[in-house]
Amino acid sequence: MEEQEKPISLVLFSGTDDKLTAAAVLAVGAAAMGRPVNIFLQYYALDAFRAGKVCADHGLAADATPEQSASARGHKGLHWSELLKQAKDVGEVDIQACALSMDMYGIGRDDLDPLVDGVEGVAAFVASASEGQVVFI
Amino acid sequence: MSTVQIDNRGPREIEDFVGLKTIDARGMACPGPLMNLIGAIRQGQVGQVFEVLSSDEGSRTDIPAWVAKAKHDLIEVIEDQGYAHFIVRKAR
Repeated sequence: MEEQEKPISLVLFSGTDDKLTAAAVLAVGAAAMGRPVNIFLQYYALDAFRAGKVCADHGLAADATPEQSASARGHKGLHWSELLKQAKDVGEVDIQACALSMDMYGIGRDDLDPLVDGVEGVAAFVASASEGQVVFI
Repeated sequence: MSTVQIDNRGPREIEDFVGLKTIDARGMACPGPLMNLIGAIRQGQVGQVFEVLSSDEGSRTDIPAWVAKAKHDLIEVIEDQGYAHFIVRKAR
């Protein structure tokens, strides 16, 4: 498989808006460049994809200083959910919820935002990642 | 108005491109200008020329990278005051 055709697989663990935005920017860039993108939602990231909660305030990472928080919150860029919609529009992007995290928080399929394409186990995610890079955010 | 060189036919005005579509993405954050270009090119005709105006620093690397990957033609990048014009022809 040529490097430029390999998928890019993102494991989203953190559920803060800054990390979700950083991940969504990677996803839209990879999708625009023709790379298949797999996104696996675990723990706090999965919680942010609950139906009706996507646009809520998910806070920022502990790394952010007060000055940086103001800059991040005031930035003119699109919301991460809009970036993910763009990514799906221009490319091949599959968003899967981690079955373990679903079980841990008692989340059912119907509780998830329509951005999420399904629920899968970790082996299926690793299979879809195949020869491509896996990034943990 | 800026002039550009195309196809060895000598410089001409940007407005001379038939069906030129200008996308004013100035002020948009990365990767907004690129995404607007991708959307416009999908809707356009083969051979049509697009002009993206972008003040986003990321566009300077992203638009050429995407145009090359998607096999369209980057005709010219023209610097302006605080932004750049990216002239792209839909090649396929």
